[in-house]
Amino acid sequence: MSIKGKAYIAGIYEHPTRLATDISLAQIHAQVAKGALDDAGLSKDDVDGYFCAGDAPGLGPMSMVEYMGLKPRHVDSTDTGGSSYLLHVAHAAEAIAMGKCKVALITLAGRPRAEGMATGTVPRSRGGTPTPDEPFEFPYGPTVVNMYAMCAMRHMHEFGTTAEQLAWIKVAASHHAQYNEHALLRDVVTVEQVINSPMISDPLHRLDCCVITDGGGAMVVVAPEIAAKLKRPKVKLIGAGEFVKTQMGGKVDLTYSGARFSGATAFAEAGVKPSDMKYVSIYDSFTITVLMQLEDLGFAEKGKGGKLVADGNLISGTGKLPFNTDGGGLCSNHPANRGGLTKVLEAVRQLRGEAHPKVQVKNCDLALAHGTGGSLGLRHGSGTVILERE
Amino acid sequence: MADTKERKLPAPSVSAETQAYWDAAAKGKLLVRKCTSCGELHHYPRTICPFCFSDKTEWIEASGKGTIYSYSVMRRAPVPYAMAYVTLAEGPRMVTNIVDCDFNKLKCEQPVKVVFKPTDGGPPLPMFTPA
Repeated sequence: MSIKGKAYIAGIYEHPTRLATDISLAQIHAQVAKGALDDAGLSKDDVDGYFCAGDAPGLGPMSMVEYMGLKPRHVDSTDTGGSSYLLHVAHAAEAIAMGKCKVALITLAGRPRAEGMATGTVPRSRGGTPTPDEPFEFPYGPTVVNMYAMCAMRHMHEFGTTAEQLAWIKVAASHHAQYNEHALLRDVVTVEQVINSPMISDPLHRLDCCVITDGGGAMVVVAPEIAAKLKRPKVKLIGAGEFVKTQMGGKVDLTYSGARFSGATAFAEAGVKPSDMKYVSIYDSFTITVLMQLEDLGFAEKGKGGKLVADGNLISGTGKLPFNTDGGGLCSNHPANRGGLTKVLEAVRQLRGEAHPKVQVKNCDLALAHGTGGSLGLRHGSGTVILERE
Repeated sequence: MADTKERKLPAPSVSAETQAYWDAAAKGKLLVRKCTSCGELHHYPRTICPFCFSDKTEWIEASGKGTIYSYSVMRRAPVPYAMAYVTLAEGPRMVTNIVDCDFNKLKCEQPVKVVFKPTDGGPPLPMFTPA
């Protein structure tokens, strides 16, 4: 059994805010839910499946189900950090294929900016009962940025990847963000500006890092018979994969990510290959994240990702592999420090032909969205979805 | 120039499963866990082998020698420090810090040796310095 063709993404919404000082967390979840249902042409009472992750207030899905007045017969609060929502799309399709629900709502929201959270540069303990890894890691000061930086350092050492090549990823994202009126950073930057920005944790500079923003987004995944009745362009899920990559008992290898496995699973299910993709949404917590995932998904040989991303090759209209045409997490939005949901949203916009005209890929009928959640350098969850315009 | 500024290190939380590891650290010894069923060493230490799932595991003392697998100097911290993965001579790679050295001269594959640094009210942490 496969989820190929069993579900459609019928509604999407991205909150326009990037600083939610006067909006509560639950309120943002509800606002994006309403936005995505309106986009699909569905109502709250049509929702019979609800999906959320750890960004939702309360225990699992319960508080948000209550707040929004939902009556789901299927819920799922799988949490793999920022990639959770890629997994939710796949799990929603599985539930729909099994007849467990027909209209699945997925929401994400967060307020790290309004709350003044030191997202990337301060070691964080989860509190409560320590995870088994915590005593062997937390006292050493792992942060989001320095653990990704170690992946970049090793990639440079093994494959000769350069800071300039990484910088091109930010440059491409900034070219796209200039057309997104909601993007936090809309100025086009150069390779020199990236490598001359302050060093945060070697070899990652400030401009190698994503933005920290408030906001959120939502998606509505529906059964084929529901999609058939709606007026929006049809975006069909044709393949999905997930994987959790770890330190493997001490056989640590920082040169690849779980995308190697989630991607292979998704491509096999969809029956397509990387070169078939017209557009890709690639998780971009840092520039190195993009480069490694592109290699692991099969868009470049391992170690050759630097060459793939250099010289504007990721810029829509001129490059061979247009990516993150909304500006991505590097320039536009990384709500709740979780960028997976917005990756799917821009892939859907591209497939609908609703991306900004300056970045819309022509005849975009096949797209991929991929996410990495957790820490690339410690342990992370990977999720890949492949979508087709019908 | 050596890094002379002191950073306060939080105490690791000790459990019954890992008590011996931290007791040894207090005596200046680095332990790794070995599976007597499949022969593999692993880190961080567990009572059930993550490779073959056998419960026949035991502590062995590591030489304290290793090489830097990767590192990153956290510049944007009140006291900059060097995060690292060190490949122990015995095989496993562990999360650690590189200390008592010029951070600007660190390199992947550089030989290092273990040192123990005091924590805030807990057992000391194994860290590494250029050999």
